[in-house]
Amino acid sequence: MNAPVAPPSTPMAQAMLPASAPFLLQLEGIQTFYGVLQVHFGLNLHVCRGEIVCLLGGNASGKSTTMKVILGLVKPRAGRVLFDGQPITDLPTPQIIRRGIASVPESRRIFPEMTVRENLLMGAYARADREEVRRDYEQMLERFPRLRQRLDQRAGVLSGGEQQMLAMARALMSRPKLICMDEPTMGLSPLFVDRVLDLIQHINQQGVTVFMVEQNANLALQIAHRGYVLQNGHIVLEGAARDLLGSSEVRDAYLGGDAR
Amino acid sequence: MALLEVRGLRREFGGVVAVDGVDLTVEAGETVSVIGPNGAGKTTLFNLITGLDKPDAGQVLLDGRPITGWPPEKLAALGIARTFQHGRVFGNLSVLDNVLIGAHTRQAAHRLRAPVLGMIAELALALVQPPAWREEHRRLREEARDVLALFGDRLLPRADQPAYSLSYANRRRTEIARALALRPRLLLLDEPTAGMNPTETAEMLEFIRSLKGRGLTLLLIEHKLSLVMQLSDRVIVMDDGRKIAEGVPQSVRNDPKVIEAYLGHKRPGSDARDVQPAGEDDRRAVLAQTRPSSVS
Amino acid sequence: MPEFTLRTLADQLVNGLVIGNIYALIAIGLALIFGVANLINFAHGSVYMIGAYVGWVCVTWLGWPLGPTFIVVAVACAALGVLIERLGLRRLQSEARIAPLLATIGISFALDQLVQLIFSPNPQSFPSPLPATRVMLGGVSIGALDALIAVITVTSAAMLFAFLRFTRLGWALRATAQDREAAQQMGVDVNAIQALTFAVAAVLGGIGGVMIGMYFTSVYPTMSYGAMLKGFAANLLGGLGSVPGAVIGGLLLGLIETFGVALLGSTYRNLFTFVILIGVLVLRPTGLFGARRAMPPEPLTGTFVANSRPVRVPRFVVIGGLVAAVLLPFISSNPYLLQIFTNAWLFAMLALSITLVTGTAGQMSLGQAGFLAIGGYASALLAMRLGWPLELSLLAGAAIAAALGTLLTWPVFRLRSQYVALATLGIGEVINQIILNWEGLTNGVLGLSNIPPLSLFGLPIIETSPIYWFALAMLVVAALFQWRLMQSHLGRTWRAMREDEVAARAFGVSLNRYKALAFIAGGFIAGLSGAFTAHMYSYINNETFAATTSILGLTMVILGGMGNMSGAVVGAIALTALPELFRPLADARYLIYGVVLLLLVRFRPQGLLGTV
Repeated sequence: MNAPVAPPSTPMAQAMLPASAPFLLQLEGIQTFYGVLQVHFGLNLHVCRGEIVCLLGGNASGKSTTMKVILGLVKPRAGRVLFDGQPITDLPTPQIIRRGIASVPESRRIFPEMTVRENLLMGAYARADREEVRRDYEQMLERFPRLRQRLDQRAGVLSGGEQQMLAMARALMSRPKLICMDEPTMGLSPLFVDRVLDLIQHINQQGVTVFMVEQNANLALQIAHRGYVLQNGHIVLEGAARDLLGSSEVRDAYLGGDAR
Repeated sequence: MALLEVRGLRREFGGVVAVDGVDLTVEAGETVSVIGPNGAGKTTLFNLITGLDKPDAGQVLLDGRPITGWPPEKLAALGIARTFQHGRVFGNLSVLDNVLIGAHTRQAAHRLRAPVLGMIAELALALVQPPAWREEHRRLREEARDVLALFGDRLLPRADQPAYSLSYANRRRTEIARALALRPRLLLLDEPTAGMNPTETAEMLEFIRSLKGRGLTLLLIEHKLSLVMQLSDRVIVMDDGRKIAEGVPQSVRNDPKVIEAYLGHKRPGSDARDVQPAGEDDRRAVLAQTRPSSVS
Repeated sequence: MPEFTLRTLADQLVNGLVIGNIYALIAIGLALIFGVANLINFAHGSVYMIGAYVGWVCVTWLGWPLGPTFIVVAVACAALGVLIERLGLRRLQSEARIAPLLATIGISFALDQLVQLIFSPNPQSFPSPLPATRVMLGGVSIGALDALIAVITVTSAAMLFAFLRFTRLGWALRATAQDREAAQQMGVDVNAIQALTFAVAAVLGGIGGVMIGMYFTSVYPTMSYGAMLKGFAANLLGGLGSVPGAVIGGLLLGLIETFGVALLGSTYRNLFTFVILIGVLVLRPTGLFGARRAMPPEPLTGTFVANSRPVRVPRFVVIGGLVAAVLLPFISSNPYLLQIFTNAWLFAMLALSITLVTGTAGQMSLGQAGFLAIGGYASALLAMRLGWPLELSLLAGAAIAAALGTLLTWPVFRLRSQYVALATLGIGEVINQIILNWEGLTNGVLGLSNIPPLSLFGLPIIETSPIYWFALAMLVVAALFQWRLMQSHLGRTWRAMREDEVAARAFGVSLNRYKALAFIAGGFIAGLSGAFTAHMYSYINNETFAATTSILGLTMVILGGMGNMSGAVVGAIALTALPELFRPLADARYLIYGVVLLLLVRFRPQGLLGTV
């Protein structure tokens, strides 16, 4: 697959609203539990418009649960989530999606028994503007020529890297303001890792804000603007990506595990 | 001869290789830790060793005797005990009963192995409850209380409470107590401190150290590396289903491959944007700082 | 045996395909629901039956033509489907995984009884409004109805296919079935899709019901049960949750049945269904076309029962209750009351047996009436044919029930949760079918009459009060037996197995052995109850211990609290005696049972006295 090439100005860029609220996404004092196990201990973070922000952390740090809280799949016991200045904490997932958040779930989660075409169009499920959807669909196929070749194949037979491309294309089909990615490089060959990273940057340059959860700190920090490091449900570090990359504290957070 | 030997173990799930040709040995009395990032295949490895999952290839040997693909109930009888990643206590059973299940294979009734007759004999035993059975019952209960007492006053006062009413940390302790009641020759602990706060983690560290002191053989999955460094005789590092490093904690700590496994592989043909990746020497320096400090 | 000419062979082929088409319609609905909601919908047969009745009302009462009739059936069934989703599933999604299944059983009880109350339990004649002309086509005789059924089923299937393949909602439905959470993340309202799925499934089932009503020219309330089992069998054959599999499974089942009946006779019709049901479950649970899903690395067993602290019934209450029960004949000499309570004690034994197998050991049994039947027939035959004394034949009957029943249940031991329920239901039916067809031994439908009455040490027990005491004594003995086991290591091991099979295995509990022990002990108690019943009534046939008895027993257990022995007795008294004491309720008893089950699952899943 070629590196994605697309005209600089796209509908996605236009979809961006003027900056009415200071942050596009904001998490305030989130506390989450799985039964008796507490996952988040008062989590605070924010994502500004146009940013790539990554949430880093080792195993069982609560990264993926953060993603689920944003998407409304897990409801926090305390705290709130604001999107575009509006609280979305209590909204059901489909309504959160309709507000302009798209998700690239962990391990892709494409619909394996549906065709590539159907998968792509499922991404636009929440949209009513059929004509525009068609345009975006065509554009997506131009950007991902590999998917065009496989339009009528079951998505389950695609390779891991192709599935990741499909999952990202599917997310873009909703014309999101914010795209949430959970470990987008996990399990991919080095070649595809590179492509996925380029693609994330490209999407971002077109005006889509990106929030990604990654275990792979070295990679994520190379493309992100800012990063947070989560450890045992606490944010232990935050800062500009260039400061975090190679910092000893990040390593402590990953390898130490006893700080908190 | 090693107590446990694993040779070329492999397991695939629908095309994804979860465990890919792993070798490892555990000598009697040793504590060996398996570390690695999420999805490295550690828990699958545990499942393969304890019989909850069957390998596609490779061998597992206990005392040099092949036990590959044996069902878990048979392996438990050989003295392999384990705890589970997310804690699997029997919620509606009392804490004491949970521990007594750990002693299941040590009951006389468990030795009645004859196919149908053994079953009938066990039913008769449970109905008649002869003096020998009562004595065994009493002894096991006492012993179970002794195991609970190892955790100080964490579990003993709650011995008759249903396990579902326990805190998360106490469930994890109950699980370990249950495993100890089996009198294991080999104990596999899957993230014993997951979800525990620093105080509880420190307590668990001391507890595992005491188990080690009693000569117990331990295979440990753990993410809190300082704990691993303090407890382990040897460390095995897994990534993407493969064993990428092995050695004493000191050498593993200094292995660049380990750092890479955790912090991520560097970008292939990295075009080093505006950020300068840390040099090899810095990395060593950083790691030196993550030397085991006191947990408390 | 009928002679086979090429023509009869071809006619059978047409018959089989026609019936198979309808089975396919039912199975498709079950497959859709299983795919989207991961639920075996036990109320699906009731929807089918209600569809048949709505059609019958339209055609015979209102004299409508078929077109509007089908539209009304579709609308009514769609509404019913949505209602079932609301009551049986939506609110229960966070409960134990078995809860929605129990809720759909409750709903089906209630619906079946409602139809009985409105239209009487008797079959209603449903003359086909189509001309009776038959067309010879290449040597095969095809009726107008055959053609209509073929056209409607094929059209329905084609429309369903187009819906799933080409519409936005159809995609959403498939996406939800494949990955519910991912579908949510695409903005799909999965609850609405789930309701839609129930509606679509119900429409297909209802249309199938109307057509089968016309085909067999009658409708009756209990047609729901058989249809549900046919649907399950067809669906399993093709692979649970697979729509194309359901179509092929339905057609295959229709053909197998039709040819089987032609070869062996009509009483064998259902035997094929159940043998297929169990055979597929045991040999190939994914069906012929089912997708194999990769096993998760750490297999999870869902919590089978709700966490609870059981109510401790003080010893003096138990003893007080027992004394009151013993003294009852002195307090009231009303024979009717004593009969009711005798019945309650016999049901209490069944409930004890179910609470042991299902509550304590965690094996969802819907076939426990099979143990009653084996015990009843074995004891009756030993007394009648071999002249055994009653004490001996009762015990032998119970022992045979324990041994034979456990042996028949053995193949189920490798299955889990919903599948166990389905398989035990099938095994209960197989026992019933064997009784029906093994005429040399059981006298078939005619049943066994003149069974020697109850007696003790040669003294016949035929008065109401002594029978009452005898039954009470048996219950007490059974309860003590079970209590003893519960206090031993067996009780602990069973409960551990119920809580978490994986963890139990990891500590050396061999599941097969302890499942078998639970079925043996429980089967013995149920067998004793069945044997007693046989001698008490002096007449039994294959319907004495019907499948509904199993489900009634289960309802008692859930009412009292899973695994709770006092709860089982309380549940048995509440559900046997109360409807009889309030006479007007007796006619609606299954409606009450259904509603009780539904309310319990929703509001008090741990039952009155709590799970032990």
